[in-house]
Amino acid sequence: MDNLQELLHGFTIAVTVPHLALMAVGVLLGILVGVLPGLGAPNGVSLLLPLTFGMQPVSAIILLSSMYWGALFGGSVTSILFNIPGEPSSVATTFDGYPMARDGRPTTALATAFGSAAFGALVGVILITFLASWVAQVALAFGPAEYFAVYFLAFASFVGMGGAAPIKTVVALAIGFAIAAIGIDTVSGSVRLTMGIDELVKGVNFVVAVMGLFGIGELLVAVEEEFHARAVSSKIDWREVFRAVGRLPRHSVALLRSAAIGCWMGITPGGPTAASFMSYGIARRFSRRGRYFGTGEVEGIISPETADHAAGTSALLPMLSLGIPGSATAAVMMGGLMIWGLNPGPMLFVDQKDFVWGLIASMYVGNIVAVVLVLLTVPVFAALMRIPFVIIAPLIVIICVVGAYSVSNSYLDVVMMLGFGIVGYLFKKLFYPLAPLVLAIVIGDKAEDAFRQSMLMSKGSLGIFFANKLVTCLVVGGIALLLLPLVLQFVGLWRKPALPAPETTAQEKVII
Amino acid sequence: MRGTSLFLLSVSAAVVSGSAPACAAWQPQKPIEFVATAGPGGGTDNIARAVQNIITKYKLTDQPIVVVNKAGGSGAEGYVYGKASAGDPYKVIFGTSNAWQQPLVSKVAFNYTDLTPIAAMAQDEFLLWVKQDSPYKTAGDYLKAAATGDFKMGGAQSKDTDEVLTRMIEKAGHVKLTYIPFKSGAETAVQLAGGHLDSHVNNPSESIGQWRGGTQRPLCVFSPKRLPQGAKVTASEGWGDVPTCAEQGLDIKQYEQPRTVWLPGKVTPEQAAYYVDLMKKVQATPEWKDYIDKSSQIDTFLTGADFDKFIKEDLEHLRQVASEQGWLVK
Repeated sequence: MDNLQELLHGFTIAVTVPHLALMAVGVLLGILVGVLPGLGAPNGVSLLLPLTFGMQPVSAIILLSSMYWGALFGGSVTSILFNIPGEPSSVATTFDGYPMARDGRPTTALATAFGSAAFGALVGVILITFLASWVAQVALAFGPAEYFAVYFLAFASFVGMGGAAPIKTVVALAIGFAIAAIGIDTVSGSVRLTMGIDELVKGVNFVVAVMGLFGIGELLVAVEEEFHARAVSSKIDWREVFRAVGRLPRHSVALLRSAAIGCWMGITPGGPTAASFMSYGIARRFSRRGRYFGTGEVEGIISPETADHAAGTSALLPMLSLGIPGSATAAVMMGGLMIWGLNPGPMLFVDQKDFVWGLIASMYVGNIVAVVLVLLTVPVFAALMRIPFVIIAPLIVIICVVGAYSVSNSYLDVVMMLGFGIVGYLFKKLFYPLAPLVLAIVIGDKAEDAFRQSMLMSKGSLGIFFANKLVTCLVVGGIALLLLPLVLQFVGLWRKPALPAPETTAQEKVII
Repeated sequence: MRGTSLFLLSVSAAVVSGSAPACAAWQPQKPIEFVATAGPGGGTDNIARAVQNIITKYKLTDQPIVVVNKAGGSGAEGYVYGKASAGDPYKVIFGTSNAWQQPLVSKVAFNYTDLTPIAAMAQDEFLLWVKQDSPYKTAGDYLKAAATGDFKMGGAQSKDTDEVLTRMIEKAGHVKLTYIPFKSGAETAVQLAGGHLDSHVNNPSESIGQWRGGTQRPLCVFSPKRLPQGAKVTASEGWGDVPTCAEQGLDIKQYEQPRTVWLPGKVTPEQAAYYVDLMKKVQATPEWKDYIDKSSQIDTFLTGADFDKFIKEDLEHLRQVASEQGWLVK
């Protein structure tokens, strides 16, 4: 229980008036950058970084990590209210969060998301506290083959359980992989699929794709349907905030499962995005109300949010102990560590005890500060839903255009974003699922790199994916998840040959 | 993002302004953009931010400076942006030898001749690293084992500095290595620590934490003479204790990666001179020395004809390696 003692020492560093004030400032700034699309946590943290050079390292990291917590929470707000995910990891939250908000329950959706996010973060930080040294070892076991297996698992868990027709899922995936391939290829170093446009050498930024696909795409669909053209009459009800949080323990199975997936993906380091998608996919399969996912189910919000935050928190551990950042924001903070004169790596825990344990203690306190502040803002954000569509629609267009432009101050990104908007619209009209497309855009190139690195290592033999226990388990698990729906379908067909009619409509609704 | 930071910076600039530098031929009249051809946290990003901080701290210009990351396509995004901004003296591009290396081996839509060279400001060294518990004590042991075994060498990016050095090691040491490209040096270091690779050729700052933590150690440095002693990294050793590779029979006397600064093409000589002068002032500050020490780099300043000569020589050497490997783009 050495760790517990260190942690208590950490609390004495974190729980001081200046540090608590820094946390509050960090969280509020974080919520702000999280809510404003195109800013996002990595940019916010890099803007703030120069201000921290004069500070004590521990104060600086507390400020930056609080900002990170705030941004993670803030990112969910736009996903739920406007279907515009600010961070890759909050895409999965839009699937049920947005329908629920449109349904007149934005308060419930937001409070549920924040509550489960806080739970996920808490589990993540507890894991860091007690398993720090063990966890660092696990991450080391991950070579290219294991990385590929983890990504494969994420794809399999989502794709195998998708509600859409399998062939449409495959088409969406393939388009996503093609988009992910644009730009310079890590393994060969050559330029791919730029179609003569010089600027495309940078590849397609995720934010650009998602703002178009979700923000603009949804808008085009909404314009067509009269239903959307009126404001949602949501009552602002403080009590609903607490009721929604109070209802969370009823979904303890989903919470625990998602937290476990999140921690696992955060450590391994598949990252928060893969974690949230995987958690959502698995929840859809195993939840009793799985077939209603995509229409505003509570567990459809809980699962991705819990996993996202559990992974986001536990991803800080590989950064500190190994020097590999688990997310873009962690990468910026790592740059900060170096500038403050600290070297991330195994010795940080030995050399800089005050720093490490002060940070870990601040994760507990910072998350509590964050969730309190963010729950207080729920009614304010929910009120945004009462603004009539005719006003909110142009605002969404402006937000998407500015957001896409600010990614790298490029006009091309704006054009691409609008192009993705049309793609998003077509996908919806033709019942193609968007989720596999987004998943492939976000982790497609990483999966490809890992696969080809493995092939280089094994000189072209697929045996490398069965070379040790770890990678074999991951690959077999992935294949099992992929085949599960087929098997279940067979069993179902055999038992009752005729499918009841209502099921098909539920299936169509599930398409996202 | 840019709007906000510009605003914040202009507020701070308004507060501190009032000390205009002594009369120079050309002075910036609007905010300056520093383009880092690497993502936040990468080596090139760090140098851009370090220079930005020093300029702001010493008020070396009245104008606010913003750092923008354009890391796409291994940095090509930033250079292409520089090319597209021809004639604009308010865009300063920070890069590496990538600027002339990348166009040689892949079809990127720029060449270093599209840019105006300002200076090479620091040199990053390369070392040969192995896992801590590997049996090799010297580069000679390593080469002997590599000659019979199937060795995996990791590195950042493909056909970039790390792979070029790997091919040079193959040639000088008469061995064959399997090169596995990763996204960054940090990622490569972790792969070595996990035992998935046999070696890599990281820069000091990319692996210092791993060395101190006892997961990997350097065998030798690709430098004509040993590095300056500096502070001890591990309990018993510092950078100065690492032998040179040539000393150990791996005959590669010198291999370094310069951190380079550029303006877009078609700027006036006065504008280029202003930035050369600005960078010289930055280099004279104690903060710069501090940055160099912390990132374990070598302080240099090449500009004008010297910089030109450096590029030409490096390019000649690269062309040779690239043509042997069949990398040259048609």
